[in-house]
Amino acid sequence: MRIREPRGFGFYALALFFCAFVLFLYGPMIAIFVLSFQGPEGGLVFPMRGVSLHWFAKLMEGVGVVDIWAAFGRSLRLGALVTALTVIFSLLASLAFRKKLRFGSALFFVTVASLIMPSIIVSLGIGLSFRLLDSGLKGLFTAVGWEGALESFTTTMGLYSSALGAQLTWTLPFGLLVMFSVFNRFNPAYEEAARDLGATPWQTFRHVVLPLIGPAVVGVAMFGFTLSWDEIARSSQAIGDLNTLPLELQGLTTTVTTPVIYALGTVTTVVSFIVVGVTLGLMALLARRRRGGAQR
Amino acid sequence: MQAPGIATEAAALREAAPAARRAWSLPAWLQAMPMSLVFLLFFLVPLALIVAVSFWDASEYELIPAFTPKNYINVFDGCSNMSELCVTFKTYLSTFKFCFLTWLFTLVIGFTVAYFLAFYVRTPGMQTLLFVLCTIPFWTSNVIRMISWVPLLGRNGLVNEGLLKLGFIQQPLDWLLFSPFSVVLAFVHLFTFFMIVPIFNSMMRIDRSLLEAARDAGATPWQTLWNVVVPLSRTGIIIGSIFVITIVMGDFVTIGVMGGQQIASVGKIIQVQTSYLQFPLAAANAVILLAVVLMIIWALTRLVDIRKEL
Repeated sequence: MRIREPRGFGFYALALFFCAFVLFLYGPMIAIFVLSFQGPEGGLVFPMRGVSLHWFAKLMEGVGVVDIWAAFGRSLRLGALVTALTVIFSLLASLAFRKKLRFGSALFFVTVASLIMPSIIVSLGIGLSFRLLDSGLKGLFTAVGWEGALESFTTTMGLYSSALGAQLTWTLPFGLLVMFSVFNRFNPAYEEAARDLGATPWQTFRHVVLPLIGPAVVGVAMFGFTLSWDEIARSSQAIGDLNTLPLELQGLTTTVTTPVIYALGTVTTVVSFIVVGVTLGLMALLARRRRGGAQR
Repeated sequence: MQAPGIATEAAALREAAPAARRAWSLPAWLQAMPMSLVFLLFFLVPLALIVAVSFWDASEYELIPAFTPKNYINVFDGCSNMSELCVTFKTYLSTFKFCFLTWLFTLVIGFTVAYFLAFYVRTPGMQTLLFVLCTIPFWTSNVIRMISWVPLLGRNGLVNEGLLKLGFIQQPLDWLLFSPFSVVLAFVHLFTFFMIVPIFNSMMRIDRSLLEAARDAGATPWQTLWNVVVPLSRTGIIIGSIFVITIVMGDFVTIGVMGGQQIASVGKIIQVQTSYLQFPLAAANAVILLAVVLMIIWALTRLVDIRKEL
């Protein structure tokens, strides 16, 4: 056993700083959790005037003119799609980067550029592209005299076109970087062993590589969902007519003056926490199974 | 004599394997295709269109392809007047101010937290636990984290109530919420994450024997920190700085919500112009913002190669 040095003044000062930081991170969030259980007469600030589920009940009825539950559903569906595409595309691309890939460094450069590009520029660009596409299509319909299409056509912008693309420009770089950091530490000896034993590339991938990188893939999925679930800046100008939940929420901050907005905040945060909890649990489980398998 | 038999068998397998690989393995370019297409369609093409449209003309209801510097002239309207700053310069100045303050605070806080986690927490399990504790809020909604300051900083919030009760102030403080103060506070609250993660990552790669060597050579803890830890964490510091600076330079959501929609920023100008469908003007502003951000990043990346550090 190693003999431990006594902890010095530096440790206690830094530990105190760390605790203060954690309080700074979580304190305000706890405040709105508590306030979302505000009594019916209570307001946006402390003190609590009783404890009730009143504001959650109000939330169930909807907030003003906004159909919050429809937005909730849209965000969930879009998040699920973004998650699936982020996992598949990042995994495929990271596998490609392990081979000889022409234009590999160009693709990497674009990925990093997309990550650090100010979101409003990406959003404006996508909104603009779809508007030009719309007017191009309208021009085309007019030119070929297709009256029916011209009348029914409104816009190509939407949740599953422009907004999906906008969110992918944000989630894919995270996905690829996570996969990169895993494969940089990946020992290719396992694959060579599998290959030498006659495994096909698919078998090698399915039974050797995938179990080893499993926790990271789950992590990429979590990035995909939580980033999409909260995304505002990139989808804001590229969303079309129907808003996602965070966009509605952003609008509500200026108009809603009751604790119903805290109740909504609590609900969306609980969804995020469930996703993070499930992910971390799954990652731990996969890691344990891997270790267990190694011992067997 | 069994060995040669096994050898030939293994050789046969090895010969068969590449054939199977050819049959199954997708070519690299095909695997990279979906991601490349997304970036082409939703990143490169839109960027090219922004640059093109920034030179276009527009009427009330449509965009007119042209090649005119009019939008840029419009952006810098009045900027030749030396006695008073024009709107564009003023906005950039205020955005730079937010950017600098946020960068400073996130760097100091992020570095200290990462330093504590990397060098003072002894067991890896505890290290992971505390690290996850710092990152969990990042996975929750930013807008919720912004409005969660309202019950604390509002006119009747906890801070004002507390200060009033203690007798430090006679009137509630107005500058706590919907002010430049609350904007910087929210930025630091939201984005210190982007400093902690890369700096912690860099610090975990520092060879511990270097610290011991420094101590054995007689360096004080501060000297070790400044001459060994800081230079070796440089990559993390620079990556974190790039994140924070680019986010704040283009921000309009945080400044909007925490500034009570009263404070201008470059991102907000672009957002407002876009929502009024003034695309050429918004595009010109975006090109200028892009140029400014690229210059900052270029300056920072002179100092580091990101790809080596993952």
